[in-house]
Amino acid sequence: MGLIEVGIAGAKAFAVLMLVLHMSAVLLWVERKGSALIQDRIGANRANIFGVMPVNLGLINTLVADPLKLLTKEDVVPAGADKLLHFLAPFLAVFPVMVTFAAIPFGDQLVIGGHTINLQVAGLDIGILYVLAMSSLAVYGVVLGGWASNSRWALLGAIRGSAQMISYEIAMGLALIGAVMTFGTLDMQAIARAQGHHFFGLIPAWGVFYQPLAFLVFLIAGIAETKRVPFDLPEGESELISGYFTEYSGMKQAAFMLSDFAESVVVAGLATTLFFGAWQVPLLFRDGFHLPGGAIVALPHLAVVGLQIASFTVKVFALCVFQILVRWTLPRYRYDQVMDLGWKYLLPLALANMLVTGIVIVLLG
Amino acid sequence: MLDQYIGVVITFALGAVIVLGMVSGSMIFGARSTSRRAVKDEVFECGNPSSGPARGRFSVHFYLVAILFIVFDVEVVFMYPWAIVFRQLGVPGLIEMLTFVAILGFGLAYVWRRGALAWD
Amino acid sequence: MGAALFLLVAALTVVAALGVILHPNPVKSALFLVVTLFLLAAVFVLLEAHMIAALQIIVYAGAIMVLFLFVIMLLNLRNDDPERGRRRYVLRGLAWIGGVALAIELALLVRGASVGSAGSAPAGYGGAAAVARSLYTDFLLPFELTSILLLAAVVGAVVLAQKQRRPTLS
Repeated sequence: MGLIEVGIAGAKAFAVLMLVLHMSAVLLWVERKGSALIQDRIGANRANIFGVMPVNLGLINTLVADPLKLLTKEDVVPAGADKLLHFLAPFLAVFPVMVTFAAIPFGDQLVIGGHTINLQVAGLDIGILYVLAMSSLAVYGVVLGGWASNSRWALLGAIRGSAQMISYEIAMGLALIGAVMTFGTLDMQAIARAQGHHFFGLIPAWGVFYQPLAFLVFLIAGIAETKRVPFDLPEGESELISGYFTEYSGMKQAAFMLSDFAESVVVAGLATTLFFGAWQVPLLFRDGFHLPGGAIVALPHLAVVGLQIASFTVKVFALCVFQILVRWTLPRYRYDQVMDLGWKYLLPLALANMLVTGIVIVLLG
Repeated sequence: MLDQYIGVVITFALGAVIVLGMVSGSMIFGARSTSRRAVKDEVFECGNPSSGPARGRFSVHFYLVAILFIVFDVEVVFMYPWAIVFRQLGVPGLIEMLTFVAILGFGLAYVWRRGALAWD
Repeated sequence: MGAALFLLVAALTVVAALGVILHPNPVKSALFLVVTLFLLAAVFVLLEAHMIAALQIIVYAGAIMVLFLFVIMLLNLRNDDPERGRRRYVLRGLAWIGGVALAIELALLVRGASVGSAGSAPAGYGGAAAVARSLYTDFLLPFELTSILLLAAVVGAVVLAQKQRRPTLS
């Protein structure tokens, strides 16, 4: 394992982590301005540079002013709170979510100077299990966040939040079983490659056509897992102030908010990989576009790789925007409705999907 | 096989550095308090004086949810390797897993009927 | 290289395990246990048991430890109170004697055992497919019996958590 391999892995890891961070930042801006659009108001438009833009897009606000403000706020730890746990909770909320992306492929392969680089940080054979493992560690940030606040209401929000998260983790896991049965492997790059062929030479064979119900269950469970509206009772903006992260200020609060968007990106990334062909562009193969008539539009290798990475980013972004749309459309569910949905509807649905998939696969041979 | 994990290790290390830097950001760059008043250290309850000890007794439903989660998580975890070799196992494999799911489905139905899933 | 890596992970595991038993605060003790389980998963990876490593984190560190934390928080467990007076010295003496006896026993066993070289594992050993193939063919009965065990756990939990009369927060 030479230095070159380690260097390449490091570059990929850095690229992926930056992707998650920057996409979270962009999504924050999309959320603010998008919600303003949906609610027929203007949104953030105060901070601008020399008043240059006539219609201020709020970019400076969201991407520069807010992070700077959060960075320079005083870090208040409430009395009686455990200082170590108060520091650890936001770390544990963000860290597992960010490292989940190590198993998600963002491109096919890049051939540079004799090296074939698999555009996936870690080509694990048990890729999906790794993702599930890291998602299950995300619960600790929530639980510790509430406990370390020494506040009854924060703890209530935390326990509710973690109960909600673990309930929907089962539905998520079960929904993915259908996809794993279809593709027969846990390696995400293999699943991405398996979605490369086309029906009738035109329609791409993406996972959503094989497993529509699994996709639906996974998406709903994923949104519930991220504790976004309509499942945001643990945060409960009008009820528990900020729920489990009420007592956090400055960058620790920023970390919890980042975990919200990062989890959105992870759910979108997983859904893209398993149900929307990951980096696959319709009709694009390694040497260029294969048009239905039989013609081939040849493309240089770097163009193909660029198109694939762009395709992955666009799909993830689209799914995240969809989650934002859902947030600003639906009202909040009551807590017992949330738990009912997880245990009584999504779980049996996912099980039924698994059984039907099994029967269909056995019948088709 | 172990080569696969070098990416994981590097991601862990980089991620830890980034997140640690972020979380300790306001501890380093944040404003320092000029006055250490007792009010600032109180927990936030919309101005009301603190309504009691922070650690009350919580409903046992949460414990039940956690136990059910463990049981069904183990079930899901058994299903994953099965899903991979399912095609090689054929119909006997399907019957095996059907039995497993049926028994645990019976457990879910029991919990449902007993009302343990209600009102949480 | 492999041995050095294993020694590093093993040393960290021992440190984390010591943190579990030595720390008075129950929540931090539980967190140390999570770290220990995580490091055990790393040991499994070094032994080429990838599937078990992932399962360790998903089930043990991700589910069972969450239950532990729930119980600690729901019961509002306090820090461990050290024993007072003569009882303390008696208990400590017994603990030391037991611990040293166990250590000597282990040392003798390890010294006396002869372990041949393990040989290299066949390709794909420890991966999900290999585990699945033997689990659903050779070990089918234990697998089905596991479902009965899980059913017993579910029923037991429901019975334990019967409806209670006192008002609580939910």
